[in-house]
Amino acid sequence: MNDKPTPLVEMDNISIAFGGIQAVDDASVDLYPGEVMALLGHNGAGKSTLIKILSGAYKRDAGEIRVDGKAAEIHNPRDAKKYGIETIYQTLALADNVDAAANLFLGRERLTRWGTLDDVAMEAEARKVMGRLNPRFQRFKDPVKQLSGGQRQSVAIARAILFNARILIMDEPTAALGPQETTQVGELVKQLKSEGIGIFLISHDIHDVFDLSDRVCVMKNGQVVGTASTDDVTKDEVLGMIILGKCPPGAVPGPGALSAVA
Amino acid sequence: MSEATSTASADRARSSELGPVGAFLKATELDTRMLGMIGALFVIWLGFHLLSGGLFLTPRNLWNLSVQSSSVAVMATGMVLVIVTRNIDLSVGSLLGFVGMVMGVVQAELLPDILGFGNPWIWALALAAGIALGVLVGAVQGYAIAYLGVPAFIVTLGGLLVWRGAAWWVTSGRTVAPMDATFRLMGGGPAGSIGATWSWIIALLACVAVVFMLMSGRTQRKRFHFPLRPVWAEFFLGAVGCVAILGAVGVANAYPLPIGIVRRFAEANNITIPEGGLFISHGIAIPVLIAVGVGIVMTFIATRTRFGRYVFAIGGNPEAAELAGIPTRWVTMKIFMLMGALAAISGAISTARLNAATNAMGTLDELLVIAAAVIGGTSLAGGSGTVAGAMIGAVLMQSLSTGMILLGVDTPLQNIVVGLVLVVAVWLDTMYRRRIQ
Repeated sequence: MNDKPTPLVEMDNISIAFGGIQAVDDASVDLYPGEVMALLGHNGAGKSTLIKILSGAYKRDAGEIRVDGKAAEIHNPRDAKKYGIETIYQTLALADNVDAAANLFLGRERLTRWGTLDDVAMEAEARKVMGRLNPRFQRFKDPVKQLSGGQRQSVAIARAILFNARILIMDEPTAALGPQETTQVGELVKQLKSEGIGIFLISHDIHDVFDLSDRVCVMKNGQVVGTASTDDVTKDEVLGMIILGKCPPGAVPGPGALSAVA
Repeated sequence: MSEATSTASADRARSSELGPVGAFLKATELDTRMLGMIGALFVIWLGFHLLSGGLFLTPRNLWNLSVQSSSVAVMATGMVLVIVTRNIDLSVGSLLGFVGMVMGVVQAELLPDILGFGNPWIWALALAAGIALGVLVGAVQGYAIAYLGVPAFIVTLGGLLVWRGAAWWVTSGRTVAPMDATFRLMGGGPAGSIGATWSWIIALLACVAVVFMLMSGRTQRKRFHFPLRPVWAEFFLGAVGCVAILGAVGVANAYPLPIGIVRRFAEANNITIPEGGLFISHGIAIPVLIAVGVGIVMTFIATRTRFGRYVFAIGGNPEAAELAGIPTRWVTMKIFMLMGALAAISGAISTARLNAATNAMGTLDELLVIAAAVIGGTSLAGGSGTVAGAMIGAVLMQSLSTGMILLGVDTPLQNIVVGLVLVVAVWLDTMYRRRIQ
């Protein structure tokens, strides 16, 4: 372990319950710079909940989060952003009634020297970053609810990368996209990875993410089944982890593994 | 508009396919909804004018209409922000009564004993006390809504009863009068108007401001190489703005002071009244100036500040606003504090105009204010609304009651008409919104 670099993020023994339901139970996961970690599992396995704890949307009941090896205090989304943790939510979390630039800068508006909104500067920067992601995008004046699914997605992605994220969380990033846009997102993931950004990719569909990922972490019923490098396991083995909770030899078993005792 | 949203290609290419009206609207970037409302207002005015045999569109009636609209218009600007965040404030009428009563007591009974009767600071201190109280009450209600999680409807429904009761409690139901002489100017009337000369000066300043805003907007867009409006559209907008301002001031200046007041004025200044009477203009009424000033400030807050951006973002998607790191609870509480301050300003206008603080003041105003905001295009589903629209809505509501009074319509029938107009206006708006989706 000594020759390994410090992980960008470590989430240790995280638990959270809603009412009587243990949504995440003693889950641990880590992420290194320039690495893509796929978080897999059925709907309701606890992936989104685990990651929402990291992004500050939920407060954990137990466990510890470390960023760069140091304990991180994350109580709300603003705290998470201070650590460079940016999230693209499954629901996109866009304010539908305002335009793309307002969404990109939501909560972090550019101000003029009189303290008013600098809409022109924000739009200029929005045009720059959207030009990189989606060069055909022109509808900067329309509220985002009038945009297509792919356009809305690119607004959400642009918002996450605009502020020099170090840790990017993508929750089902391609769920609403067509094949061409999905390829685009794949390209983007590779590019961000080469810039040293650590990425959590959350998906319930292994085919979407297996080829993009360096490691996979499978969750089931709120627990981690196992973590493995994509070089050491096959897609079928990962499917076995997702469906049965069976941990293959190439993976490090977690508390939720079926044959953890053996 | 519907075909405009269906394709993802560049919107510039499409302008050639629009008809002349569409091209005109696109070039001027005018809000069609707002145009429709102004059109409806003019239709109503013209209708009443014809039905009343030429009584409605007179300087005197329009001047009075402007004064009568100002109290509700001031509160409607704040109600927009409340409704945009999917809340409601049913307490504004009672709050107006309570704060108005306290301001009345402060200026008529408390301060004269301390500072001496007629002290020039009395009006300012009374107003400041009223605004402070309004903000405090708003803060209490806002805290319960934002931090304790009690629905705004319930908190302010409670407030409706509480503050009306509190207004009674201040003087055990006794009416307080008269108000301080300077304070009274806020209510309008012959003394509470600024006269022809100042009205023209303000009109000219407003025209300069319109031109300046158009020009600075253009320079800004040029700086970042954004698409510009055609030059003719800029000139057109500037001209329309200036004509509207000058026209409104012209109307206010065409309404002369009553003969009795002119005579007193002439005697006091040793002027002999010429043959055929002396024509002295009212000019813009001070409550109207206050309302317009509040409207400008509130528009600025809603569109140019971070707070305003947060208000609309919360209204559009509360969860997204929270996830974006917006302190949604604090913003909500601030909205209700702002609403309290505006209710206090309206209370000052109402007490000054009545020259008395009464227990029943502001009764049912909450409904007029909400109706004005909703007719003005504020969606109860949250996320959309404009301050200017709500103010036009207030004028529209007041026009209806003024017009019906001129026609001699009975009060119960007036209520029926206003109620129906509210429902029909919102129905039309719903259809309009569905079409542009």
